[in-house]
Amino acid sequence: MASTPQSVVRPVIQGQLGRTRPDIAGMVFSAILLLSLLFSLAIIGILLGDQLTRAMPVFIERGTDFLTSPLSSNPANAGVAQGIVGTALLATLVALIAFPIGILTAVYLEEYAGANALTRFIDINIRNLAGVPSVVYGLLGLAIFVTAFATLGIGNGRNVLTGGLTLAVLILPLVIITSAEAIRSVPTTLREGGFGLGASRWQVVRGLVLPAAVPGILTGTVLALARALGETAPLIVVGAVLGSFSTGGSIAELLTGPYTALPVIVYDWARKPQEEFRALTSAAIIVLLVVTFVINAVAVILRNRYDRRW
Amino acid sequence: MVTEHEPGDDPTETETVDTARPGADGVTMTDLLTDPTTASTVPADDGNGTTGSMSPEPDRATTDPAPVAPVLALDQVSFYYGAFRAVKDISIEMPTHRITALIGPSGCGKSTLLRTINRMNDMIPGTRLEGSIRYHGQDIYGSGVDPVEVRRRIGMVFQKPNPFPKSIYDNVAFGPRLMGFKGDLDELVESSLQRAAIWNEVKDKLKQSGLSLSGGQQQRLCIARAIATQPDVILMDEPCSALDPRATLQIEELMAEIKENYTIVIVTHNMQQAARASDFTVFLNMADDRAGYVVEQGETIGIFTNPQHQMTEDYVSGRFG
Repeated sequence: MASTPQSVVRPVIQGQLGRTRPDIAGMVFSAILLLSLLFSLAIIGILLGDQLTRAMPVFIERGTDFLTSPLSSNPANAGVAQGIVGTALLATLVALIAFPIGILTAVYLEEYAGANALTRFIDINIRNLAGVPSVVYGLLGLAIFVTAFATLGIGNGRNVLTGGLTLAVLILPLVIITSAEAIRSVPTTLREGGFGLGASRWQVVRGLVLPAAVPGILTGTVLALARALGETAPLIVVGAVLGSFSTGGSIAELLTGPYTALPVIVYDWARKPQEEFRALTSAAIIVLLVVTFVINAVAVILRNRYDRRW
Repeated sequence: MVTEHEPGDDPTETETVDTARPGADGVTMTDLLTDPTTASTVPADDGNGTTGSMSPEPDRATTDPAPVAPVLALDQVSFYYGAFRAVKDISIEMPTHRITALIGPSGCGKSTLLRTINRMNDMIPGTRLEGSIRYHGQDIYGSGVDPVEVRRRIGMVFQKPNPFPKSIYDNVAFGPRLMGFKGDLDELVESSLQRAAIWNEVKDKLKQSGLSLSGGQQQRLCIARAIATQPDVILMDEPCSALDPRATLQIEELMAEIKENYTIVIVTHNMQQAARASDFTVFLNMADDRAGYVVEQGETIGIFTNPQHQMTEDYVSGRFG
């Protein structure tokens, strides 16, 4: 073989290396992949385009007035100011309640709890809880939080605090699952490095595991928050106000008085008979989407920032 | 921070190591068998001129405990993962300021044994130890012994370099900070990096991530990190298996230098490395029940030139394993 001249070998090799038949299955598969992507993109595009075209006249006509006006039965004056305030309050409450409890639970499950049957049982149940319909959490909030607040005499219990608690409980399983996954993805070698230096479990968790897991935890928790803010059903069940109301100035009243949120406003306006509310509904949807996108953007920025720290 | 006796002893030692290395580095297994002394014994004997003469007589199968009291003494140690016994009836003494190498085929329990010495296996549920491991006479598995305190005195360097995702400085400062180090942290970081023979490469980029370094540099950083906590013993679990030959050589030279101040136990798959770098060698093999046991132990030169067991000879000559 070594003596065969190259001029003879080369055409043979060329023939062997050349494609013999088209890879039809492969091409079909990539086409299906592309189609799936386009399908998703098309749905999002149509939805956004449709809502934007309906909403634009409102924004052009009213400008920021739409954002700063309170609810009203008169479509010409109606705005989403209370919805924005309510959603912002809910976001703060949910973050304050669900994030610490969820992340600490995840740390316990991943770093402290023994790998036994009980832990696995709890883990499976948390996953199941994440799949429970949100309206069920609304009923839970009504039965527990609203009743408790009403019994304690804090208004009638239908306030932004009970709403926030309900949403916090709703996303708690999601926060736990995503945080636990972020913690689990921290390599064992990192923990061993810490233990090998004589670090205690707390020092390893605090100094090594959590900093390494922060980007993943942030992404998961903030996405869970965005989901909570889009929820309508549980808030309606626990008594977010449909229709117009006015709030006083004090913080106490803000927290214990009637409240509403953007998705509830969307739900409310969508049911109204007047034609003018159609455009307003779309405008409120756009505002809600912007709020969600902003929160997601914050998650991405935070993650990148922590990733870049070293 | 350099110890007092180092300026006197060190140059001769490194020189000897350097002249011995070129021969050792390129040797084949047969070279190693016929003349391993160039590789192993010269640094071993010169490295410690203070503690009596360590006779290089090859027929000594067991270590002579007379010159120095052992830092670590394993007595009839068996270790279980659940019902599975990974190692059985291990009795080894590890002399002060010497390098003890654990060698043996894959799966014979070398790493498991090493990790029992600083109680790293405590983290694995369902494990159990029988026998005793004494550190300066104190049973580290005794009641009331805090594994965290054990690990502060018996540090560890792992198979895969595992710098923390922090700056080079913070990597080295991590251990001292944990212990509430009160002195000059900058100086401690510098001296630790110097002892780990990496200071010159990183002194201008202490703020950069430890992960930005090459594999060999990362491993030396991990050694610096272990040194910074000022341990007594350093356990090394195949520290060079992920490194190229040049980085491996650097780590071996580093070990020869720091054994002035530390007792080192190293697990290695590389028999040339054991021959080159260690003073004492423990050869483990797997019994029929898959439990590791000590076939033979003694001064490295004896194990490699005049093994008492056929199995040892077969292993060190590369016939199995």
